[in-house]
Amino acid sequence: MSLKSYIVARLALTVPMLLILVTVVFVIVRILPGDPVLLHFGKQITPEAAEQVKHALGLDVPLYVQYTNYLSDLIRGQLGTSFSNYEPVSRQIFSAFPATIELTIYSMLVAIVIGITFGVRASRKYGSAEDTGFRTYAIVSYAIPVFFLGLIMQATFAVGLHILPATGRVSAGNIPQGADFMGVHIQTGLYTIDSLLAGNLNQFIDALKHLILPSLTLGIALSGVFVRITRSNMLDILNQDFVTAAKARGLKERTILYSYGLRNALLPVLTVTGLQFAALLGGAILTETTFAWGGLGTYLFRTIQAYDYTAIQGAVVFFGILVAFVSLVVDALYAYLDPRIKY
Amino acid sequence: MLLQVQNLSISYFTRRGEAKAVKNFSIEIEEGSTVGIVGESGSGKSTLGLAIMGIVPPPGRIVSGKILFDGEDLLMMEKEPLRRIRGRRISMIFQDPMTSLNPVKNIRDHFSEMLRVHEPNVSKDEGENRVATLLEELGISKERSRDYPHQFSGGMRQRVMIGLALILNPGLVIADEPTTSLDVIVEAQILELLKSLKRTHNLTLILITHNVGLIAEMTDRVSVMYAGQLMELSPTEKLFERPLNPYTQALLQSVPHVMASGQALTWIPGFPPNLLSPPPGCPFHPRCPYAFDKCKNVELQYTKVEEERTVACHLYG
Repeated sequence: MSLKSYIVARLALTVPMLLILVTVVFVIVRILPGDPVLLHFGKQITPEAAEQVKHALGLDVPLYVQYTNYLSDLIRGQLGTSFSNYEPVSRQIFSAFPATIELTIYSMLVAIVIGITFGVRASRKYGSAEDTGFRTYAIVSYAIPVFFLGLIMQATFAVGLHILPATGRVSAGNIPQGADFMGVHIQTGLYTIDSLLAGNLNQFIDALKHLILPSLTLGIALSGVFVRITRSNMLDILNQDFVTAAKARGLKERTILYSYGLRNALLPVLTVTGLQFAALLGGAILTETTFAWGGLGTYLFRTIQAYDYTAIQGAVVFFGILVAFVSLVVDALYAYLDPRIKY
Repeated sequence: MLLQVQNLSISYFTRRGEAKAVKNFSIEIEEGSTVGIVGESGSGKSTLGLAIMGIVPPPGRIVSGKILFDGEDLLMMEKEPLRRIRGRRISMIFQDPMTSLNPVKNIRDHFSEMLRVHEPNVSKDEGENRVATLLEELGISKERSRDYPHQFSGGMRQRVMIGLALILNPGLVIADEPTTSLDVIVEAQILELLKSLKRTHNLTLILITHNVGLIAEMTDRVSVMYAGQLMELSPTEKLFERPLNPYTQALLQSVPHVMASGQALTWIPGFPPNLLSPPPGCPFHPRCPYAFDKCKNVELQYTKVEEERTVACHLYG
């Protein structure tokens, strides 16, 4: 199979996966206690008005009709309109998405850098007190609730030391606007990129300062897994025959450690990166709420509180597509990095 | 003398105690000769090879002795100069070619990496020429040089390993069970290749093996090891003509002969000693038919029996 047909096959497999996801979410939101109709009213509520809202939300038809309606919308690429303000869900998602992607990228970066440096170091010092230290770090960072870590970060660096902002993505009124290139306005919604596009260094630093605490929080929470995986794979690889053979050829220690050890140990780390991406999105919900970060996590949190069925479904489907896409990219990268793998 | 190993002792310091893998071992290797080191598994022969390369893995440690290469004690050398000797002046061929190459590097990269590390002054073109010539000599076609290890068979991979060991024209090559994991036909091809390369590259070869037949075919001199100790050192021909040490005699008798079909296989009764708690005296005495009181208490000593023949056995002391 060529890489191309592999990708096609994988994409085809994504469809049933998404179908299951949609169905499960569709059922769960309706099982949960709470009624979206009631949220449209204050204390005054008449049966007629309630019936009207129910009709407007499409909840007055039998469940299976709601389900098939939703699916047929979905197939045409429509996520429907929000229960709370009748805005298209897709527009809401796309406006919240860049914030999450920015947080995700930086958190992943933090997690990978910490994970690989600590993991490699621990494997080189195998069995020493330092190794034990890194292993303890890995377990503690994995076990600590991400919102709790976020609160400690805020208490220390924002409230206590006053060196970093506690919440938000930028200081008030300081949203980077991107720039025009050859008549086209480019605005990614990733503030660190938009500010650079606009050539505004102060804005960039402002955006970066806001990013530090949330991405450190989420990154540290994820790094434990990377430390463990890197360490155990390095230990495994460094005991392989080809490492002994490389030593016998007089290669430099650095070469052996990185281009023999880490280069091979990274392959499983890559797999975990793909898997962790889903965990990262989950973690983003808590991190975003802790840091008032207006991304998809906050969006999902808010829509769940509002029993906004279509919005919840839309956000979850979007997460699902995202995770499927990332794991596809990871698999393609895997084939590129490991010559033994052909699709 | 190209290599002199003097009273070398190597131990693995495990949690359960000190395992003496090599004990008071000495050998001299002349330039251009092929010396065999033969012994059972666990006799310390591989550890000896790794020690000469300076890469005994922890918890192993060289306890005492000297390894003189071209008159210079490798054990006294700093890390960096020692690294530059490895692969360039002394190189090693390993037992399992299937796992001895970096899976994410293609064959050519393995070679160019060697040249870059050890001879940075060699131009890219010259380097590529040298690799091409060597690959041809090894019987690996040029088109395959960009292939990855997993695309090669075991025999081809061992050719690559041999090539990597020879690319910088080292004086000394240590081959640790170079054909053990190959099938008989490929084994014969690899041995032929080694023989012809030995002539063309003027190699000094240390052949570590448990295969007595290989020793007979390939080597000029042979040292027999048992439980980390040298039992007998002799020109190969004389050893097979008249083995002196009872262990050597038993070892040679346990080799099956094609002509002696129908006869039961002879073996050495008992087991090799546990290196964590070896028996006192001669390590072979519990299995030796000639053992007497002295063997049970007195450590082995080397006796020069005749010209070029040394034996460690109280029968000759």
